[in-house]
Amino acid sequence: MGDLIHLITAGLATGAIYALVAIGFVLLWQTSQTINFAQGQFVMLPAFFVLAAMKQGGLPLWAAVLVGIAASVLLLGVGFKKLIVDPMRRHGVLPLVIATVALGLLLEESTKTLFSAQAEAFPALVPSTTFNVLGAPVSLQDLSIIGFAIVAVVALQLFLTRTTTGRCMQAAAQNPEVARILGIPVERMILLTFVINATLVAIASVLISPIYLAKFSNGGALGVAAFVAAIVGGFNQIRGAIVGGLLLGVVSNLAAAYISAQYRDAIPLILLILVILFRPRGLAGRAEERTV
Amino acid sequence: MTGLRRLLAIVLSLGAVAVLIAAPFDLKPYGVYILSLWAVTAIAVIGLNLMIGYAGQVSLAQGAFVGIGAYTTALLTTHGVPWIGALVASGGLSFAIGWLLGYPALRVQHHYLAFVTLAFNTLVGLIFRNEDWLTGGIGGISGIPRPSLLGWSTNPPRSFYLFCFAVLLLVALATWWLIRSPWGRAFVALRENPVRALSLGVDTRRYTLLAFALGSGLGGVAGALYAPLVQFIDPTPFGLGFSLNLLLMVIVGGSGFFLGPFVGTLVAVLLPEWLRFAQGYYLIIYAALVIILLAFCPTGLMGLFGRLTTALRPVPARPAAATLTETVP
Repeated sequence: MGDLIHLITAGLATGAIYALVAIGFVLLWQTSQTINFAQGQFVMLPAFFVLAAMKQGGLPLWAAVLVGIAASVLLLGVGFKKLIVDPMRRHGVLPLVIATVALGLLLEESTKTLFSAQAEAFPALVPSTTFNVLGAPVSLQDLSIIGFAIVAVVALQLFLTRTTTGRCMQAAAQNPEVARILGIPVERMILLTFVINATLVAIASVLISPIYLAKFSNGGALGVAAFVAAIVGGFNQIRGAIVGGLLLGVVSNLAAAYISAQYRDAIPLILLILVILFRPRGLAGRAEERTV
Repeated sequence: MTGLRRLLAIVLSLGAVAVLIAAPFDLKPYGVYILSLWAVTAIAVIGLNLMIGYAGQVSLAQGAFVGIGAYTTALLTTHGVPWIGALVASGGLSFAIGWLLGYPALRVQHHYLAFVTLAFNTLVGLIFRNEDWLTGGIGGISGIPRPSLLGWSTNPPRSFYLFCFAVLLLVALATWWLIRSPWGRAFVALRENPVRALSLGVDTRRYTLLAFALGSGLGGVAGALYAPLVQFIDPTPFGLGFSLNLLLMVIVGGSGFFLGPFVGTLVAVLLPEWLRFAQGYYLIIYAALVIILLAFCPTGLMGLFGRLTTALRPVPARPAAATLTETVP
């Protein structure tokens, strides 16, 4: 029982991070039909911005995190949109997918060459104490990750549903033509989703790096986890990405403990294939009107 | 194609073949190895181009099929089976698994299909790593012999290169024939407009599966050459990164162009050698070049070449490039 609680909280913590990354992924798809194969590398990179700000800039952690988020917004949000997505979008989905594959490679190799090829320790935001809950060790770090993720998701949800800008963004995602007719600046809304995505991946990066260390090659596995979470949950809904992320975190943790540690990565993938074959709209998604 | 242009094309291709046959005599062993790697990789890329460029089915699992072929050949030839037998087994196994992997493609398209194949690639990688009894786990399989044909041993690097090149030529000729046959036309119909193809009586189900099986089978054939080329295999080279690279080669060369895979592979295999002076930066430069190329010309280098020759010719050329553009709207 104690084991189970520990496994589930740790799984929820990892899952919460997957969910953040998957939300960004889904947002980009909704507003601009961008399938970002570099999403994993997007999560890997901000941790290095933070480390650079701390080491070269001599900033304290909190300031370095803000710098990291800002750099991420600038490069992975605005820069990505203007330099890569905009020139490529008119060519259709596939060339853009390939371009993001190349971008992932570019980010990974640049990090390896310019920052470090080693795994770098990353300072934790909270002390690594553990409590006892019903006889199970639960780490403060896991709880804080879940807490931060909830705050981020609730803030995003409030923004999307309660503010005019957020509602314009939803309109631009659902029907760009009509949104344009209604006078919504669709292009600016799309840019905003890229900024939100960059912020989400930066937050995910800061949360996950204390556990998995900051390493140039971390992106691949994270990216796959985000794809799986997005598709299992439902590709066209934020709610789906959250369900998918949490489910993925818990399932892969339980699978590692009770089924096979060697094949822990296989269980989510089998889940993915089953979901795509039998319920392509995802567990929590609605049927997609766009072409599947 | 006019008679003169066809003659020119034949002369040029024969010239290229002659250069590629003569090339190794002027190269150090490492250069010969790189050329052999080019020939082997090109076979896998031709297969992927059949799937993506002609039939419009995205696959991120070609690296896994090269792996399946390489492991099959490694296991069989180290147990005394002649290479020809191993080749048939590698190609056949990849063909069969590719056929099965095609079933999801009947239900889902585009990015969903990409993710199914991506998942498949990772699963195959896990099997290579974890099933020690069969694949040797992370220790891999070593001492893979090079084949000898009718008493001609391909052990020396140059002989093995010629051998790989001969297989590449056979594959290229077969593909050339295939894409001009009714099958190839059915593939293109599948890519351009599946619904219309179905309404015209093309069995889209069967051709989708066939495209997957043939493309994957060529991946297996490439694997059957890769294993004796490097003579030691472990799970690392066949990961998702390799599949993504093969996909890049198809797109960089120009998907849907017969010559695309040769050019794309040439760039991907040789560019690192030319950019050797750049040391750690070469992959950065390569990735940046790919992005720039795609932004300006999504039809790849062949598309760029077509555009240049069209621009230079006063008489409007036949609109070949227009029908062979990228696959997905």
